Amino acid sequence: MTADGAPRPATRRANWQGFRSLSRAMFLGFVRDRAALFFTILFPVLFLLLFGSIYKSSSTPKVTVVEIGKVSVLDQARAASNGQLNKVLDITRRASLATALNDVRQGNVDAAVQQQGGRLIVHYSVANPTTAGVVTSVFSGIVQEANQAASPRPPAFQLSTQQVEDKSLKPIQYLTPGLLGWAIASSGAFAAAITLVGWRKNKLLRRLRLAPVSTTSIVTARIAVSVAVAVVETFVFIAIATTPYFGLKLTAYWWMAIPVVICGTLAFLSIGLLVGALAKSQEAATALVNLIILPMAFLGGAFIPLAFAPQWIVHVSYVMPLRYLVIGMQNVMARGDGPASALPAMGLLLAFAAVLTLIAVRVFRWDEI
Amino acid sequence: MTAAITVRDVRKSYGDLRAVDGVTFEVGHGEFFGILGPNGAGKTTTLEIMEGLREPDGGEVTVLGLRPWPRNSALLPRIGVQLQATSFFERLTAREQLRTFADLYGLPPQRTDEMLEVVGLTSAAATRTEKLSGGQAQRLSIACALVHRPDMLFLDEPTGALDPQARRNLWDLLRAIAAEGHTVVLTTHHMDEAETLCQRVAIMDHGKILQIGAPAALVRDLAHPVRISVVSGTLAQDEARAIANGAQVADDGVSLTITTTEPAPILARLAERDALAGLQVTGASLEDVFLQLTGREYRA
Repeated sequence: MTADGAPRPATRRANWQGFRSLSRAMFLGFVRDRAALFFTILFPVLFLLLFGSIYKSSSTPKVTVVEIGKVSVLDQARAASNGQLNKVLDITRRASLATALNDVRQGNVDAAVQQQGGRLIVHYSVANPTTAGVVTSVFSGIVQEANQAASPRPPAFQLSTQQVEDKSLKPIQYLTPGLLGWAIASSGAFAAAITLVGWRKNKLLRRLRLAPVSTTSIVTARIAVSVAVAVVETFVFIAIATTPYFGLKLTAYWWMAIPVVICGTLAFLSIGLLVGALAKSQEAATALVNLIILPMAFLGGAFIPLAFAPQWIVHVSYVMPLRYLVIGMQNVMARGDGPASALPAMGLLLAFAAVLTLIAVRVFRWDEI
Repeated sequence: MTAAITVRDVRKSYGDLRAVDGVTFEVGHGEFFGILGPNGAGKTTTLEIMEGLREPDGGEVTVLGLRPWPRNSALLPRIGVQLQATSFFERLTAREQLRTFADLYGLPPQRTDEMLEVVGLTSAAATRTEKLSGGQAQRLSIACALVHRPDMLFLDEPTGALDPQARRNLWDLLRAIAAEGHTVVLTTHHMDEAETLCQRVAIMDHGKILQIGAPAALVRDLAHPVRISVVSGTLAQDEARAIANGAQVADDGVSLTITTTEPAPILARLAERDALAGLQVTGASLEDVFLQLTGREYRA
């Protein structure tokens, strides 16, 4: 020991050697574990695919309309609208009035339309007031426009539309940080818990205790490997979410998501550390981690975006560390907020990690009994 | 010469169970020392206290002049420990496994191949540890224990789950290690293992050491009768009785057996009469020592 109490160079070198060899062993063990690779990398992507397509189809429901015979007013309007009308209406042709009306009655289509000379007849159901409203206003608009075109007088009033850049987000902007947060949470918690229980079970922990390697080396090696995996996970996830199919738009300070991911990994490693210190078998550890992470995914804004969630979930989410991981990432990568907007979330995650690690160290056991 | 290990009146209880109940012994430098006893005798706990894995409730232990508890980082590089279970990192090959341990002790990677050769695993270097046979895994774990050239090696039931062939191979390896001057302490519940490997054994039961000594000396001190047998009919029974000089004689039609505590004169007389056909001399074994000490059969 030197006079100022700093660790001797030999100790520092031993710590570094321990860190290096343990992280290499853990990393190799991880990349050779197909099941772990699947659950950390591929499984969340499958969820993105699933949730992404669900939210995609439900976001803009079109009004379905059946055309009976030839409806020239509608056809002209469609041609004149430059495809605008096709965004609202989903039009199919049907020969007979009877089957078309039946379709409306059954709720298979929202409206059936026919033309008799100068009269446009729209059959619709009022089962859904919103679609009924859309149907009537769209068709009255079409008819007025057609009258206008037929009249020699210029219109007295004209409608001019202006699109507003709104702050509300597309579903993918919520889904990506949510699912990524869940993926990072579960892989971090599982990694720490399974390593700890597994190494205690096969007595590797005792063997390491008899080698000149410090607990710090063991813990930092686990952290380093998990953080590396989480960062890779983040890049893979973002790469997939930004493809045109999903259409994630990254905002200016998206890179701030990386430090948030690191803080989140630490927080969930600490959960895993505590579970690993308590659980007696890997099966028990797996069950316990699932029991913690899965409800948190629903209540912490990962699976159900908090913007759409019932009020009670929003209240509960405040005590879920996952909330801060998700919100922190969302602010900087999807909402376009500045880098500082992620700092409170990062602070909370780090504080959570510190408290849980302290508890885990207290209940930690090197071996069974 | 000071002892490599001194254990003085060491005690350890788990609840009501006195796992180690006042154990005292010394192990010399370069000695091959065995702790022999049935399962649950307290061998492993004694070993773990020497290794520094457990704190004794009472008594004193020094290993190479140092106290193993609490975790003593000055001692750790000087001892090698092979644990009962084969404790490996998941999904690493034999070479990677050994390299990880070499690295933990700050040794160059070349040491890995050296060590693989010592334990005869060069051809299995690229095999994942999950795929190694029981004997290979045991050799690898010994290699992991020896990779940093410790002065002292602790082995806990090294041949526990091995087939007879693998056991014998491992014995050869352990003899070679001991011949290099390492002090070796091993626990076993196999009498034959203790008899063939150890220079001295401590016989343990119910947390206490019953006797310590060289296996041959322990057997000799027993003054247990020796059974001398030759092929039946080599000698007439009357003649045999005359030679036996009062010792018990029996002929079961296959062998003529004389049971005696003084075999030397009888063997000489048999030789004089050239009546040594199919001669077998069976002495006592450590099992008889155990029976004598505890009054019951040895149950591993």
